[in-house]
Amino acid sequence: MFCEKAIEIIRELHRMGDGQLPAFNEDGIRQVLEEMKALYEQNQSDVNEAKSEGKSELIPTIKFRHCCLLRNQRCIAAYLYDRLLRIRTLRWEYGSVLPTNIRFHMCAEEVRCLKDHGEFEIDDGTIILLKKNSQHFLPRWKCEQLIRQGVLEHIMS
Amino acid sequence: KYRMSDTLSDDASGGDDGQEDVMTPAELIGKLEEAWLNERFSPELLENKSEMGECVMEQLTHMEANLQRVWRGDVKASVHRMEIDRIRFVLSSYLRSRLQKIEKFFPHVLEKEKSRVEGDPSFLSPEEFAFAKEYLANTETYLKAVALKHMPPNLQTVDMLKAVPEPCLDSFVFLRVRERQENILVEPETDDQREYVVDLDVDSQHLMRYRSIAPLVSSGAVQLI
Repeated sequence: MFCEKAIEIIRELHRMGDGQLPAFNEDGIRQVLEEMKALYEQNQSDVNEAKSEGKSELIPTIKFRHCCLLRNQRCIAAYLYDRLLRIRTLRWEYGSVLPTNIRFHMCAEEVRCLKDHGEFEIDDGTIILLKKNSQHFLPRWKCEQLIRQGVLEHIMS
Repeated sequence: KYRMSDTLSDDASGGDDGQEDVMTPAELIGKLEEAWLNERFSPELLENKSEMGECVMEQLTHMEANLQRVWRGDVKASVHRMEIDRIRFVLSSYLRSRLQKIEKFFPHVLEKEKSRVEGDPSFLSPEEFAFAKEYLANTETYLKAVALKHMPPNLQTVDMLKAVPEPCLDSFVFLRVRERQENILVEPETDDQREYVVDLDVDSQHLMRYRSIAPLVSSGAVQLI
Protein backbone atom coordinates (compact mmCIF):
# COMPACT_ATOMS: atom_id res chain seq x y z
CA MET A 1 0.00 0.00 0.00
CA PHE A 2 1.19 3.51 -0.63
CA CYS A 3 2.52 5.69 2.19
CA GLU A 4 3.49 2.69 4.28
CA LYS A 5 7.15 3.58 4.38
CA ALA A 6 6.29 7.12 5.39
CA ILE A 7 4.28 5.88 8.34
CA GLU A 8 7.05 3.48 9.23
CA ILE A 9 9.69 6.17 9.64
CA ILE A 10 7.33 8.21 11.78
CA ARG A 11 6.52 5.19 13.95
CA GLU A 12 10.20 4.54 14.41
CA LEU A 13 10.71 8.08 15.63
CA HIS A 14 7.63 7.97 17.82
CA ARG A 15 8.76 4.72 19.42
CA MET A 16 11.84 6.38 20.82
CA GLY A 17 11.14 8.27 24.03
CA ASP A 18 10.68 11.98 23.92
CA GLY A 19 14.19 13.12 24.59
CA GLN A 20 15.99 10.69 22.34
CA LEU A 21 17.27 11.17 18.85
CA PRO A 22 17.57 8.01 16.75
CA ALA A 23 19.89 7.86 13.77
CA PHE A 24 18.74 9.78 10.72
CA ASN A 25 16.82 7.36 8.55
CA GLU A 26 18.28 8.38 5.24
CA ASP A 27 17.26 5.19 3.55
CA GLY A 28 13.67 5.50 4.69
CA ILE A 29 13.43 9.06 3.40
CA ARG A 30 14.90 8.04 0.09
CA GLN A 31 12.32 5.31 -0.32
CA VAL A 32 9.47 7.70 0.35
CA LEU A 33 10.89 10.20 -2.11
CA GLU A 34 11.16 7.48 -4.75
CA GLU A 35 7.57 6.48 -4.17
CA MET A 36 6.58 10.12 -4.58
CA LYS A 37 8.48 10.34 -7.83
CA ALA A 38 6.77 7.22 -9.17
CA LEU A 39 3.31 8.44 -8.13
CA TYR A 40 3.93 11.83 -9.69
CA GLU A 41 5.09 10.40 -12.99
CA GLN A 42 2.12 8.07 -13.16
CA ASN A 43 -0.15 11.02 -12.51
CA GLN A 44 1.56 13.12 -15.14
CA SER A 45 0.98 10.53 -17.81
CA ASP A 46 -2.61 9.90 -16.68
CA VAL A 47 -3.39 13.62 -16.69
CA ASN A 48 -2.08 13.92 -20.22
CA GLU A 49 -4.12 10.92 -21.26
CA ALA A 50 -7.25 12.22 -19.59
CA LYS A 51 -6.83 15.57 -21.27
CA SER A 52 -5.95 14.40 -24.75
CA GLU A 53 -8.25 11.40 -24.93
CA GLY A 54 -10.98 12.63 -22.60
CA LYS A 55 -10.62 9.61 -20.30
CA SER A 56 -12.33 11.09 -17.29
CA GLU A 57 -12.46 7.70 -15.58
CA LEU A 58 -8.78 8.23 -14.79
CA ILE A 59 -9.57 11.17 -12.57
CA PRO A 60 -10.37 9.30 -9.33
CA THR A 61 -7.05 7.47 -9.60
CA ILE A 62 -5.28 10.75 -10.22
CA LYS A 63 -6.91 12.27 -7.17
CA PHE A 64 -6.01 9.25 -5.08
CA ARG A 65 -2.36 9.42 -6.09
CA HIS A 66 -2.35 13.12 -5.33
CA CYS A 67 -3.63 12.41 -1.82
CA CYS A 68 -0.84 9.88 -1.35
CA LEU A 69 1.68 12.45 -2.50
CA LEU A 70 0.37 14.99 -0.03
CA ARG A 71 0.42 12.41 2.75
CA ASN A 72 3.99 11.44 1.99
CA GLN A 73 5.05 15.08 1.94
CA ARG A 74 3.33 15.68 5.25
CA CYS A 75 4.89 12.59 6.86
CA ILE A 76 8.37 13.53 5.73
CA ALA A 77 7.95 17.13 6.89
CA ALA A 78 6.64 15.89 10.24
CA TYR A 79 9.54 13.46 10.61
CA LEU A 80 12.15 16.10 9.84
CA TYR A 81 10.51 18.77 11.95
CA ASP A 82 10.10 16.44 14.91
CA ARG A 83 13.81 15.64 14.74
CA LEU A 84 14.56 19.35 14.76
CA LEU A 85 12.39 19.77 17.85
CA ARG A 86 14.24 16.97 19.63
CA ILE A 87 17.57 18.48 18.71
CA ARG A 88 16.35 21.84 19.93
CA THR A 89 15.34 20.36 23.29
CA LEU A 90 18.73 18.71 23.60
CA ARG A 91 20.38 22.04 22.83
CA TRP A 92 18.51 23.79 25.59
CA GLU A 93 19.69 21.04 27.93
CA TYR A 94 23.28 20.60 26.90
CA GLY A 95 24.12 24.01 25.51
CA SER A 96 26.15 24.48 22.40
CA VAL A 97 28.32 21.45 22.63
CA LEU A 98 26.20 18.38 22.04
CA PRO A 99 27.66 15.05 23.09
CA THR A 100 29.28 13.25 20.17
CA ASN A 101 26.95 10.28 20.35
CA ILE A 102 24.05 12.60 19.59
CA ARG A 103 25.84 14.45 16.81
CA PHE A 104 26.57 11.09 15.30
CA HIS A 105 22.87 10.57 14.74
CA MET A 106 22.38 13.87 12.96
CA CYS A 107 22.64 14.40 9.25
CA ALA A 108 24.85 17.13 7.74
CA GLU A 109 22.02 19.58 7.20
CA GLU A 110 20.83 19.24 10.76
CA VAL A 111 24.31 20.12 11.97
CA ARG A 112 24.45 23.11 9.64
CA CYS A 113 21.01 24.28 10.69
CA LEU A 114 22.06 23.87 14.28
CA LYS A 115 25.25 25.86 13.78
CA ASP A 116 23.61 28.80 12.08
CA HIS A 117 20.87 28.75 14.57
CA GLY A 118 23.12 28.04 17.50
CA GLU A 119 25.30 31.08 17.16
CA PHE A 120 22.31 33.27 16.99
CA GLU A 121 20.67 31.64 19.93
CA ILE A 122 23.60 32.29 22.18
CA ASP A 123 24.02 35.76 20.81
CA ASP A 124 20.42 36.66 21.22
CA GLY A 125 19.77 34.97 24.52
CA THR A 126 22.68 36.73 26.06
CA ILE A 127 22.97 39.77 23.84
CA ILE A 128 21.09 41.90 26.26
CA LEU A 129 23.14 40.58 29.13
CA LEU A 130 26.39 41.24 27.35
CA LYS A 131 25.55 44.81 26.44
CA LYS A 132 26.82 46.30 29.64
CA ASN A 133 30.01 44.29 29.46
CA SER A 134 29.42 42.95 32.92
CA GLN A 135 31.47 40.24 34.47
CA HIS A 136 30.18 37.21 36.37
CA PHE A 137 26.60 37.39 35.23
CA LEU A 138 25.81 33.72 34.93
CA PRO A 139 25.89 30.89 37.40
CA ARG A 140 29.06 28.88 37.15
CA TRP A 141 27.69 25.89 35.25
CA LYS A 142 26.48 28.12 32.43
CA CYS A 143 29.80 29.95 32.39
CA GLU A 144 31.71 26.76 31.81
CA GLN A 145 29.98 26.08 28.53
CA LEU A 146 30.53 29.57 27.26
CA ILE A 147 34.15 29.62 28.44
CA ARG A 148 34.75 26.46 26.43
CA GLN A 149 33.33 28.24 23.44
CA GLY A 150 35.52 31.27 23.91
CA VAL A 151 32.54 33.56 24.36
CA LEU A 152 33.44 34.30 27.95
CA GLU A 153 36.70 34.79 29.75
CA HIS A 154 37.05 33.72 33.32
CA ILE A 155 38.36 36.72 35.20
CA MET A 156 40.21 35.57 38.26
CA SER A 157 40.54 38.78 40.23
CA LYS B 1 9.60 55.27 30.03
CA TYR B 2 11.08 54.29 33.33
CA ARG B 3 13.36 56.58 35.23
CA MET B 4 15.43 55.28 38.08
CA SER B 5 15.49 57.13 41.33
CA ASP B 6 18.54 55.37 42.54
CA THR B 7 18.71 55.25 46.28
CA LEU B 8 22.05 53.42 46.14
CA SER B 9 24.13 56.06 44.41
CA ASP B 10 25.03 59.65 45.15
CA ASP B 11 23.90 60.68 41.72
CA ALA B 12 21.34 63.44 42.04
CA SER B 13 20.08 63.35 38.51
CA GLY B 14 16.46 63.51 39.48
CA GLY B 15 14.26 66.51 38.97
CA ASP B 16 13.83 66.92 35.24
CA ASP B 17 10.78 66.88 33.03
CA GLY B 18 8.21 65.33 35.31
CA GLN B 19 6.63 63.51 32.36
CA GLU B 20 8.68 60.39 32.99
CA ASP B 21 7.62 57.91 35.65
CA VAL B 22 10.10 57.80 38.46
CA MET B 23 10.46 54.27 39.74
CA THR B 24 12.49 52.96 42.60
CA PRO B 25 14.79 50.00 42.03
CA ALA B 26 12.46 47.89 44.16
CA GLU B 27 9.52 48.80 41.96
CA LEU B 28 11.50 47.98 38.82
CA ILE B 29 12.45 44.56 40.13
CA GLY B 30 8.83 44.04 41.13
CA LYS B 31 7.80 44.81 37.56
CA LEU B 32 10.43 42.41 36.27
CA GLU B 33 9.10 39.61 38.44
CA GLU B 34 5.53 40.28 37.33
CA ALA B 35 6.55 40.23 33.68
CA TRP B 36 8.56 37.05 34.30
CA LEU B 37 5.65 35.20 35.91
CA ASN B 38 3.21 36.35 33.25
CA GLU B 39 5.53 35.24 30.47
CA ARG B 40 6.19 31.87 32.10
CA PHE B 41 2.54 31.02 32.63
CA SER B 42 1.03 32.47 29.51
CA PRO B 43 0.56 30.04 26.60
CA GLU B 44 1.33 32.77 24.06
CA LEU B 45 4.11 35.29 23.65
CA LEU B 46 3.32 38.52 25.50
CA GLU B 47 4.24 42.09 24.66
CA ASN B 48 7.91 42.86 24.47
CA LYS B 49 9.29 44.70 27.49
CA SER B 50 12.84 45.37 26.41
CA GLU B 51 12.91 48.83 27.97
CA MET B 52 12.31 47.27 31.32
CA GLY B 53 15.03 44.73 30.56
CA GLU B 54 17.50 47.50 29.78
CA CYS B 55 16.67 49.33 32.96
CA VAL B 56 17.23 46.13 34.90
CA MET B 57 20.62 45.73 33.23
CA GLU B 58 21.52 49.29 34.17
CA GLN B 59 20.41 48.62 37.70
CA LEU B 60 22.52 45.49 37.88
CA THR B 61 25.59 47.34 36.63
CA HIS B 62 25.00 49.90 39.33
CA MET B 63 24.69 47.24 42.00
CA GLU B 64 27.86 45.54 40.77
CA ALA B 65 29.72 48.83 40.96
CA ASN B 66 28.49 49.48 44.48
CA LEU B 67 29.49 45.99 45.45
CA GLN B 68 33.08 46.75 44.53
CA ARG B 69 33.16 49.38 47.23
CA VAL B 70 32.03 47.06 49.98
CA TRP B 71 34.61 44.99 51.80
CA ARG B 72 34.64 41.40 50.54
CA GLY B 73 34.37 39.72 53.85
CA ASP B 74 31.35 41.69 54.94
CA VAL B 75 28.16 39.66 55.21
CA LYS B 76 26.39 42.44 53.36
CA ALA B 77 28.54 41.70 50.34
CA SER B 78 27.32 38.12 50.01
CA VAL B 79 23.73 39.16 50.50
CA HIS B 80 24.07 41.79 47.78
CA ARG B 81 25.87 39.25 45.62
CA MET B 82 22.97 36.83 45.99
CA GLU B 83 20.52 39.59 45.20
CA ILE B 84 22.37 40.42 42.00
CA ASP B 85 22.50 36.77 40.97
CA ARG B 86 18.83 36.36 41.72
CA ILE B 87 17.84 39.32 39.58
CA ARG B 88 20.05 38.09 36.77
CA PHE B 89 18.41 34.70 36.95
CA VAL B 90 14.93 36.19 36.75
CA LEU B 91 15.88 38.33 33.78
CA SER B 92 17.50 35.51 31.86
CA SER B 93 14.65 33.14 32.72
CA TYR B 94 12.28 35.78 31.35
CA LEU B 95 14.25 36.07 28.13
CA ARG B 96 14.62 32.31 27.81
CA SER B 97 10.88 31.83 28.25
CA ARG B 98 10.25 34.27 25.42
CA LEU B 99 12.81 32.62 23.19
CA GLN B 100 11.27 29.22 23.71
CA LYS B 101 7.87 30.52 22.72
CA ILE B 102 9.31 32.28 19.70
CA GLU B 103 10.91 29.02 18.60
CA LYS B 104 7.76 27.04 19.21
CA PHE B 105 5.39 29.34 17.36
CA PHE B 106 7.75 31.07 14.99
CA PRO B 107 5.54 31.41 11.87
CA HIS B 108 2.66 32.80 13.93
CA VAL B 109 4.87 35.13 15.90
CA LEU B 110 6.29 36.54 12.68
CA GLU B 111 2.85 36.82 11.12
CA LYS B 112 1.53 38.69 14.14
CA GLU B 113 4.42 41.12 14.00
CA LYS B 114 4.03 41.65 10.26
CA SER B 115 0.33 42.46 10.51
CA ARG B 116 0.89 44.80 13.42
CA VAL B 117 -0.50 48.29 12.97
CA GLU B 118 2.00 51.12 13.25
CA GLY B 119 1.80 52.47 16.80
CA ASP B 120 0.62 49.23 18.38
CA PRO B 121 3.02 47.78 20.93
CA SER B 122 5.56 45.40 19.51
CA PHE B 123 5.65 41.77 20.51
CA LEU B 124 9.25 41.27 19.58
CA SER B 125 12.36 43.23 20.34
CA PRO B 126 14.50 43.95 17.26
CA GLU B 127 16.86 41.16 18.29
CA GLU B 128 14.00 38.73 18.82
CA PHE B 129 12.53 39.65 15.45
CA ALA B 130 15.83 38.99 13.72
CA PHE B 131 16.10 35.72 15.63
CA ALA B 132 12.62 34.62 14.57
CA LYS B 133 13.32 35.42 10.93
CA GLU B 134 16.56 33.48 10.98
CA TYR B 135 14.85 30.58 12.70
CA LEU B 136 12.24 30.48 9.94
CA ALA B 137 14.90 30.74 7.24
CA ASN B 138 17.05 28.01 8.79
CA THR B 139 14.11 25.65 9.16
CA GLU B 140 12.96 26.20 5.60
CA THR B 141 16.49 25.76 4.26
CA TYR B 142 16.83 22.54 6.20
CA LEU B 143 13.55 21.08 4.97
CA LYS B 144 14.33 22.08 1.40
CA ALA B 145 17.84 20.72 1.40
CA VAL B 146 16.98 17.38 2.96
CA ALA B 147 13.69 16.55 1.30
CA LEU B 148 11.60 19.17 -0.44
CA LYS B 149 13.92 19.76 -3.35
CA HIS B 150 13.76 16.05 -4.16
CA MET B 151 10.00 16.10 -4.34
CA PRO B 152 7.80 16.68 -7.38
CA PRO B 153 7.71 20.31 -8.55
CA ASN B 154 4.28 21.11 -7.16
CA LEU B 155 5.16 19.83 -3.69
CA GLN B 156 8.35 21.67 -2.93
CA THR B 157 6.99 24.09 -0.38
CA VAL B 158 5.41 23.69 3.03
CA ASP B 159 3.14 26.34 4.45
CA MET B 160 4.65 26.97 7.87
CA LEU B 161 1.58 28.79 9.14
CA LYS B 162 -0.47 25.67 8.56
CA ALA B 163 2.19 23.17 9.55
CA VAL B 164 3.30 24.62 12.87
CA PRO B 165 0.69 24.47 15.65
CA GLU B 166 -0.57 27.70 17.19
CA PRO B 167 -0.43 28.42 20.92
CA CYS B 168 -3.34 26.89 22.79
CA LEU B 169 -5.18 29.91 24.12
CA ASP B 170 -7.75 27.70 25.79
CA SER B 171 -5.32 26.29 28.29
CA PHE B 172 -6.10 27.02 31.91
CA VAL B 173 -4.08 29.49 33.93
CA PHE B 174 -4.03 30.54 37.57
CA LEU B 175 -4.42 34.25 38.14
CA ARG B 176 -4.67 36.84 40.88
CA VAL B 177 -6.78 39.93 40.38
CA ARG B 178 -5.15 43.35 40.78
CA GLU B 179 -7.90 45.56 39.47
CA ARG B 180 -11.54 44.72 39.95
CA GLN B 181 -13.18 43.46 36.77
CA GLU B 182 -16.85 43.20 36.08
CA ASN B 183 -18.78 41.07 33.64
CA ILE B 184 -16.04 38.84 32.39
CA LEU B 185 -17.54 36.38 29.94
CA VAL B 186 -16.95 32.71 30.64
CA GLU B 187 -17.57 30.24 27.82
CA PRO B 188 -19.53 27.05 28.53
CA GLU B 189 -17.49 23.89 29.05
CA THR B 190 -20.10 21.36 27.99
CA ASP B 191 -23.05 21.44 25.67
CA ASP B 192 -25.63 21.72 28.39
CA GLN B 193 -23.97 24.73 29.98
CA ARG B 194 -24.42 28.26 28.82
CA GLU B 195 -22.00 31.14 28.88
CA TYR B 196 -22.14 33.35 31.96
CA VAL B 197 -20.39 36.38 33.41
CA VAL B 198 -18.31 36.72 36.54
CA ASP B 199 -16.97 39.64 38.50
CA LEU B 200 -13.38 39.43 39.62
CA ASP B 201 -12.63 40.99 43.00
CA VAL B 202 -9.28 42.47 43.90
CA ASP B 203 -6.84 39.91 45.37
CA SER B 204 -9.10 36.97 44.53
CA GLN B 205 -7.48 34.04 42.75
CA HIS B 206 -8.98 32.04 39.93
CA LEU B 207 -8.33 29.21 37.51
CA MET B 208 -9.65 30.14 34.09
CA ARG B 209 -9.08 29.63 30.40
CA TYR B 210 -6.39 32.00 29.21
CA ARG B 211 -8.54 33.15 26.30
CA SER B 212 -11.15 34.69 28.63
CA ILE B 213 -8.67 36.91 30.40
CA ALA B 214 -5.90 37.50 27.84
CA PRO B 215 -6.52 41.26 27.49
CA LEU B 216 -6.50 41.63 31.27
CA VAL B 217 -3.00 40.18 31.41
CA SER B 218 -1.61 42.70 28.96
CA SER B 219 -3.36 45.57 30.71
CA GLY B 220 -1.98 44.46 34.05
CA ALA B 221 -5.42 43.99 35.59
CA VAL B 222 -4.59 40.40 36.49
CA GLN B 223 -1.35 38.67 37.34
CA LEU B 224 -0.68 35.08 36.26
CA ILE B 225 0.61 32.91 39.08
